Amino acid sequence: MGALLELEHLSVSFDTPKGEVQAVRDVSLTVQEGEILALVGESGCGKTVMSQSVLKLLPGNSRIKSGKILVDGTDITDYKEKDMRNLRGTTLSMVFQDPMTTLNPTMPVGKQIMEAVLKHERVSREEAKRRAVEMLDLVGIEDAEHRYMLQPHYFSGGMRQRCVLAIALALKPRLLFADEPTTALDVTVQAKILDLLLKLKNKLGLSIVFISHDLGVVAKIADRVAVMYAGKLVEVGKAEEVFYDPRHPYTWGLLSALPSLAKKGEGLKCIPGMPPMLLDPPKGDAFAVRNEFALAIDYEEMPPMFQVSPTHSAATWLLDKRAPKIQPPQIFREERAANER
Amino acid sequence: MKDNRILEVKDLKQHFQLRKDYTVKAVDGISFEIKKGEVFGIVGESGSGKSTIARTIMGVYPPTEGEVWFKGRKISDKKISAVDKKDVQKNMQIIFQDSAAALNPRMTAEEIIAEPAVVNHVWKTKKQIHEEVQQLLSYVGLDASYCDKYPNELSGGQRQRVAIARSISVKPDLILADEPIASLDISIQAQIINLFYHLKEEHRSTFLFIAHDLSVVRYISDRIAVMYQGKIVEMGRTEDIFHDPLHAYTKSLLSAIPVPDPVFERNKKLLEYGGTARHDNGEMKDWGNGHFVYV
Repeated sequence: MGALLELEHLSVSFDTPKGEVQAVRDVSLTVQEGEILALVGESGCGKTVMSQSVLKLLPGNSRIKSGKILVDGTDITDYKEKDMRNLRGTTLSMVFQDPMTTLNPTMPVGKQIMEAVLKHERVSREEAKRRAVEMLDLVGIEDAEHRYMLQPHYFSGGMRQRCVLAIALALKPRLLFADEPTTALDVTVQAKILDLLLKLKNKLGLSIVFISHDLGVVAKIADRVAVMYAGKLVEVGKAEEVFYDPRHPYTWGLLSALPSLAKKGEGLKCIPGMPPMLLDPPKGDAFAVRNEFALAIDYEEMPPMFQVSPTHSAATWLLDKRAPKIQPPQIFREERAANER
Repeated sequence: MKDNRILEVKDLKQHFQLRKDYTVKAVDGISFEIKKGEVFGIVGESGSGKSTIARTIMGVYPPTEGEVWFKGRKISDKKISAVDKKDVQKNMQIIFQDSAAALNPRMTAEEIIAEPAVVNHVWKTKKQIHEEVQQLLSYVGLDASYCDKYPNELSGGQRQRVAIARSISVKPDLILADEPIASLDISIQAQIINLFYHLKEEHRSTFLFIAHDLSVVRYISDRIAVMYQGKIVEMGRTEDIFHDPLHAYTKSLLSAIPVPDPVFERNKKLLEYGGTARHDNGEMKDWGNGHFVYV
């Protein structure tokens, strides 16, 4: 298994009337073939901007300031629209949060899948139609043969999201960006869509970059987890490592803020303050002002990525050899023991 | 006033006739009561009728059938007396999911928070209004500098705090919270949940808390009702519902909550519920301890 997507020191900025907003700052990340990487963080931390910069779907006032994007070893950083068109759909694909705004309300869903196939491949309409029905079947829409000609409003939210998935997967992409694909759905429907994504991953060997702020969902689906804060990657590791042995204070904060891990009768531990404005990001660790464990150096110098294990790293000065040893919050292990009971 | 019951809903039905031959039974014969100082949670998937209940209780539309009693007085009648109506309008407040849409964009935070108290003649002088608003702002974790801010200058969490401050400004007997935290970030969610928890513990506020996120409802509610297709399929104390769910739909709903634990999640089996609650001859069966199941 090789790296399908590699980001090397990627920085993306927006030019606004107020100045430069540094939405993604120096992010290095790889996505292996056939793995699900979850991107976690608060809104405005750069999750979506990062994935859109790979697909080159960013608005006009943005630019990739520095760094490289490699897909399958090929540098696509400077690709123009024409080159990207060949890549989108066939290699990279995407699913957004709200299926109703993604789908064309006046067009039968089957036709929307056919459209993708016909635009990219030289196939007959019959063949394209056969493929569309096959895709709808794959994403678990029963009676696809007939439903193929229905407009999106006939479908429920979960079914629409399945249709969007069918379009995204019609050209057999190798990497799917799923940007909060289940946030607008009910828990029961969400669980089914997540199962479907896992099934597709195993069946098609699909890699998925899964963007979410729901840590429960991430726990279910992710092989690896990357935590972002203020445009920077603060912790990356296997799901088990990040959930059971988190090292960055921000990850501790996120996990402690979950009501499902809290005990009744105790207040939830919340992360004080607000995320910083990326118009003028602070000099040191952006999380320092909200971090109860912050060291003096956090305000001065940005922490590098410290390796915890070959697969797990975190950007916090607490992992430096000279840092004082502190006891991280333990709530998670107790909960795990309770679940195993 | 009948003992300490704040709200009583009796066999409430809310049917919307969309066409001559097509009626949506959004709420179909539900009954529950809320006692003083209690947090009553309603959970269920979208379209199960949660919000319709809140709106019917508020009097947004008259119920098709059934009664709503507030502090021992029937308020679901069209011929409700002016005195009762005033009382309901003052003592029942609602917090909506989308505070951006709920707050008037042309009013400052101070005007928004003071409005219920001013129209109900609770606060009289300008000085009193200003002082009370500042106190409420600090209570919900904002400082006095937010007085003159307009909703568009506030973040989602701050706006939701203003909406909460507004709802508690007249010290209502009952607060209806309709998905108050669904649109917020995790860390902000925690702050707002803490605020609700504080209101419940310190002020003995009474809540009807509607949410689809079961972990939040579990954390804050004393009792929970699970809704499915316009009916309450199970109702009981929070611990009973979570530890001993009886209805198949409740079980399926509980199994669908994502738990932030990778190993546990991967091995979890999802229970599917294919049945329907729509057999109209069912009834709520008492399982003891205030635990009811629809059978």
